[in-house]
Amino acid sequence: MTAAQVLLGVIWVTLTLYALLGGADFGGGFWDLFAGGSRTGHGARVLIARVLGPVWEANHVWLIFVLVLLWTGFSPVFAAVMSTLYVPLTLAALGIIGRGAAFAFRKASTELWQLRLFGAAFALSSILTPFFLGTVAGGIASGRVPMGIAAGDLLTSWVNPTSILGGVLAVGACAFLAAAYLCQDAVRLGMPDLAATFRRRALGTGVVVGAVALSGIAILRADAPRLFHGLTHRALPLVVVSAAAGLASLATIAARRYVLVRVTAALAVAAVLWGWAVAQYPDMLQPGTPYTSVAATGSVITATLAATAVGALLLVPSLGWLFVLFQREPTQDGG
Amino acid sequence: MLPVGAVAVAVVAAGPMAGPASPADLMAAREQMALSLGWHIVLACLGVGLPALTAFMEWRGVRTGDETYTLLARRWAKVMGMLFAVGAVSGTILSFELGLLWPGLMGTYGQVVGLPFALEGFAFFIEAIFVGIYLYAWDRLSPRAHLLSAVPVIVAGVASAFFVVCANAWMNQPSGFQLVGGRMTEVDPWAAMFNPATPPQTIHMILAAFIVAGFTTAAVYAVGMLRGRRDRYHRLGLLVPFTFAAILTPVQIGVGDYAARFLADRQPVKLAAIEAVYQTGSHVPLHLGGIVRDGELRYAVEIPNGLSLLVGYRPDTVVRGLDIAAPADRPPVGVVHLSFDLMVSIGLSLLLLGLWLGIAWWRRRDLPRSPWFLRLTALAGVAAVVALEAGWVVTEVGRQPWVVYGQLRTLDAVNPAPGLVVGLVAVVAVYAVMTVATVYVLRRMVRGGRDQWAPQEPGREVEL
Repeated sequence: MTAAQVLLGVIWVTLTLYALLGGADFGGGFWDLFAGGSRTGHGARVLIARVLGPVWEANHVWLIFVLVLLWTGFSPVFAAVMSTLYVPLTLAALGIIGRGAAFAFRKASTELWQLRLFGAAFALSSILTPFFLGTVAGGIASGRVPMGIAAGDLLTSWVNPTSILGGVLAVGACAFLAAAYLCQDAVRLGMPDLAATFRRRALGTGVVVGAVALSGIAILRADAPRLFHGLTHRALPLVVVSAAAGLASLATIAARRYVLVRVTAALAVAAVLWGWAVAQYPDMLQPGTPYTSVAATGSVITATLAATAVGALLLVPSLGWLFVLFQREPTQDGG
Repeated sequence: MLPVGAVAVAVVAAGPMAGPASPADLMAAREQMALSLGWHIVLACLGVGLPALTAFMEWRGVRTGDETYTLLARRWAKVMGMLFAVGAVSGTILSFELGLLWPGLMGTYGQVVGLPFALEGFAFFIEAIFVGIYLYAWDRLSPRAHLLSAVPVIVAGVASAFFVVCANAWMNQPSGFQLVGGRMTEVDPWAAMFNPATPPQTIHMILAAFIVAGFTTAAVYAVGMLRGRRDRYHRLGLLVPFTFAAILTPVQIGVGDYAARFLADRQPVKLAAIEAVYQTGSHVPLHLGGIVRDGELRYAVEIPNGLSLLVGYRPDTVVRGLDIAAPADRPPVGVVHLSFDLMVSIGLSLLLLGLWLGIAWWRRRDLPRSPWFLRLTALAGVAAVVALEAGWVVTEVGRQPWVVYGQLRTLDAVNPAPGLVVGLVAVVAVYAVMTVATVYVLRRMVRGGRDQWAPQEPGREVEL
């Protein structure tokens, strides 16, 4: 295995973490929007805000790593993707600003109109951001981003059947992940009513996302034949894993096994991402841009991997401590 | 809040295929970058400086048992958490914009300058985690453990400032690579990171961060005291951060002198723009103020031999002027020169303000009696931010027309896709809303109250 392959793997692991952790955060915003009026939806909003609170920024730093590692390891690909897809990426960036800032402002607000305003900005951008990121994935996966700076079509690169499918699937997957995770959080925090609500929502979104994914097969076959070929051949085992994990998630939610569903739901989403990667490998951009043709020089990749290893050594225990502290209930009446 | 339609319409109207960037699009890209950076840099400074101030207050509170320190620490921690949350997103946007606006830079040089950004990513992540722990676990940890959790916040904050400025320093002194026919053949990412401009720029910026945090915090309490709240809470809230910043100010002026001397040696065209030196020569005067018109500086105050003396300690020191660069390779002189003068004059004024407090304290162990001291301290917060922004204008505009000094022109780095002007309008609108909201929420937070929570805190949900 070459150093460039390892870096490619690191980038994809990072993207997976962002999809799972950041995705659940976006899903939290999705459910915040559909929680109901300011009185009836209060309980659900409180649960979501409480679960997001201390870890929310950490979950979004993964995206920064994806960008930085991509531009360091595979600079021309970064430039091609960012310049051709600059419209949906600018919109995603604005969504990230709106989401993060509104979440912070809402926490510091007390009056109802402010809570509503910041809450709506938070929730809306929680849906738009993953949607636009999904269209970006669709544009790359369907081979609409060629090498070169702004060499692709600025509109059809992200307004096309695969991109729309990608956007809808991204929002759906976020909503599903969040609903599945929130079941256990509601139980842990002693809110059985909300656990029941999110159980219903998880089941509902799970079925819808599954149906969209199934219909996606037809879309990809017509719109992205290369990707379709990869997914039905080399990446087929991962597609099967995703489908099986999705079905297993529905079963475990139905059986109220809320801890187990965290694993199966994450697996269902992660397998899609890895299926895409395996289907497309070794091309980073299609057609005909294998990773070897765009990789940085060996010294850069080695230094980046070394920095990543040292950084991870510092990061993992810190992150572990944060999660442990967060799962621990306050011993005093703190807060 | 997202003008999706507007952007899409503009793209269609301009035609879907990209040509070379229009002058309006280039200007829009530069303005968008300047706005995003200029906005983020203020939050970044507070993110670097506030944790140290807060932890110091917490430590004094634990040591002395004085509740006033603890109360101030608690309130600053909330502000720190809220600003960190907003700074996290405004920083994320910058990593998008590097690719969205400057693909010509990132596509070729991304690998050369990527390492410090990767390191910065880790430093920022660790800072985010420990800001979360520091705020969330105040009542869940022992006082000592809690105080210790601030240490990684401070260290990681300084480290991320260092790494990011390393990348900016590289743009001024590009090194560590060999470009043969448009292809990178050899790259030494460590040499790129530790380039000649790294020491002057990183030290100058990290000091600036602490000074900005100190004076802005002190300014808040100066305003409170002007409104008649002269209790111990306000006095300490003013004195501690003010002292902190005032001690660093003379150091910063020394480092600034070193940074300017570095330019004389390594980036002479930037220094020539800073001082409006058009012709190379000896006995070069120091120009203060003035207006640039028709390629010369008018109405400036001249100190004979001043610049030659500052650069080489001798009046016959030769200072290289703008004439060493072709006209197309010269930065705009007027804005760089005036920004520099603004930064230096604010720096010197802050030094005098610090001296005033120092003398009063030495004589009477008290703040100066004059209300002018409070008025000027209230202004010092804004002034420190203005100096910070002016300094960045000097660095960035002074490097033009290059994005990578001597290697890549800004015009060749910009995204040639049409419609960047529309992107600028959207970004300006979003930042305007964010500015209003941030200031509004901050004002309420400073006033205090039971319902003020940073996003990382357990907050009011616990009360339910």
